[in-house]
Amino acid sequence: MYILKLLFRNAFRHKLRTSLTVLSITIAILTFGLLRTFINAWYTGAEASSASRLITRNAVSLIFTLPVAYKDRIRQTDGVKQISGGNFFGGTYKDEKTFFANYAVEPRGYLELYPEILLPPDQKEKFLRDRRGCIAGRKLAERYHWKIGDMITLKGTYIPGNWEFVLRGIYHGKYDTTDERVFVFHWDYLNEVLKKRKSFFTDQVGFFMIGVKDPNRAAEVAQAIDKNFKNSLAETITETEKAFVLSFIAMADAIIIAIELVSLVVIIIIVAVAANTMAMTARERIGEYAIFKTLGYRGWRIAGMIFGESLLITMVGCLFGILLTPVAAEVFKDFLGTYFPGFTVKVETIYMDIGAAFLVGLCAAIIPTWRAINIRIADGLRRIG
Amino acid sequence: MKSETPIVEIEHVNKSYRRGTHIIPVLENITLEIAEGEFLALMGPSGSGKSTLLNLIAALDRVDNGIIRVGGIDITGLTETELAAWRSVNVGFIFQFYNLIPVLTAFENVELPLLLSGLSRRERREHVELALHVVNLASRMDHYPGQLSGGEQQRVAIARAIVTDPTILVADEPTGDLDRVSAEEILGLMDQLNRDSHKTIIMVTHDPRAAKKAHTIRYLDKGVLNDVHSQAAL
Repeated sequence: MYILKLLFRNAFRHKLRTSLTVLSITIAILTFGLLRTFINAWYTGAEASSASRLITRNAVSLIFTLPVAYKDRIRQTDGVKQISGGNFFGGTYKDEKTFFANYAVEPRGYLELYPEILLPPDQKEKFLRDRRGCIAGRKLAERYHWKIGDMITLKGTYIPGNWEFVLRGIYHGKYDTTDERVFVFHWDYLNEVLKKRKSFFTDQVGFFMIGVKDPNRAAEVAQAIDKNFKNSLAETITETEKAFVLSFIAMADAIIIAIELVSLVVIIIIVAVAANTMAMTARERIGEYAIFKTLGYRGWRIAGMIFGESLLITMVGCLFGILLTPVAAEVFKDFLGTYFPGFTVKVETIYMDIGAAFLVGLCAAIIPTWRAINIRIADGLRRIG
Repeated sequence: MKSETPIVEIEHVNKSYRRGTHIIPVLENITLEIAEGEFLALMGPSGSGKSTLLNLIAALDRVDNGIIRVGGIDITGLTETELAAWRSVNVGFIFQFYNLIPVLTAFENVELPLLLSGLSRRERREHVELALHVVNLASRMDHYPGQLSGGEQQRVAIARAIVTDPTILVADEPTGDLDRVSAEEILGLMDQLNRDSHKTIIMVTHDPRAAKKAHTIRYLDKGVLNDVHSQAAL
């Protein structure tokens, strides 16, 4: 108790200096927390993916399509329970900057494959019946103030034109990780228009979503599917949904590595800030440490005082940083929500904040402690007066 | 009351400092005995080695060679850890600039040496209150050093020095930073501790008035200890 009192009084002896150090650490922890949240948000899709679903795509690349006729052959593969085809549509809303994920899917199979998409039965029925119908996630509908029955126009990118849809349903996610910012419409509607245009993309899908009977046999089923199309014009790659999402994320590896490096740099900066404060503090108090040693206090007790003070300052900064991170994340979410639906501060991020601050507190105190406990008492006492 | 038994025995002690490549001798072949209950003043010009000798007696520094025994213990053979433990029990320190911890109250400053003693909180409180009572500062125990005058701060430092009931008290220019009235008070207090509590006091001073309170004065000049001067001889 006595030592805690001494640590607290020492830490706030220079109020302005300590306040500025705490502020620096708060900002650094806030930045670190937001960067970690950004990285986590990148992986949200992979976390939300199911072990019982496979994705089949063209073996050459994602930009190459597969004949929709593959669907029946895949369905006949042993272990396959459900299947639905789909295309990434890539349409924009109002202007090019207003973007959200939008897919053309075979709706019945899609809704069976994704039970985490919760749609009221009447809305589901209307969506299935209307070829121009679409459904949107709750957060997406809230963002653009859409109501059931609204006409929504998307502008095609790689399939040009204005595409009009009627909002037939607004779904909720069953889990926290379920993306509620997705827009889905009928693949038949897309294909019908493509047929009229005699497009190259007619009767083609970008990927098949496949439900397997036994998740433990997923790898075996995937191999069997790909074997079906070996040496065909469009060979396939089938992988788990998680692996498929991670392959998307891997395309942005450089960005993630850059963000991780920046978060490391942030930690190094706060080590420097905290170390500077502790070095100044220890230099000013070298005489006091000599007095403690004179009175019989040994090196480890002096070390405890310096480490304790350093940890106290960094942990106060860390606490403020942790409290501010969710607030800042909410603000960022409004800007980034469409791209990063999972932009939410996780408990793991808070643990990392605490770990980083603890590490900073320890590192910052090492050199000042070494100096304080190694100075000769007579030299330390000479610094007083 | 001075006993004939020496409490401090210094035999052929040498001490030098290294400055770059130069070795500067500070003390040369010092031999000295200080009797239990003695009040000794060490005088001499600046750089004569008196503070260095005091630091060696108080185990704040190490000899190059020679032996120092305090209370029969050869402190030159102790490790740093043993010396720290020895100091906390056997030596009370009084410095020129008081050397109090500014963020601790008078009570807490005096309590500092006792935190290493293993005494209970209640026992510590009793010891601290008694020490502050001896220096007549019991009413100001909750004041911080910054709220006390120089003389009062030095009295707190004396209370801290005596709270563990040490074997010897060492004082390095205890009146050097005080006005005349405060200096007289501090010297009176040290004299009282020597007379009433039979504390052995070794004091370094430049001030002849301060030295007058001592039973014996030893002069150091260029690291060499000169003859004994008793107050009677002065």
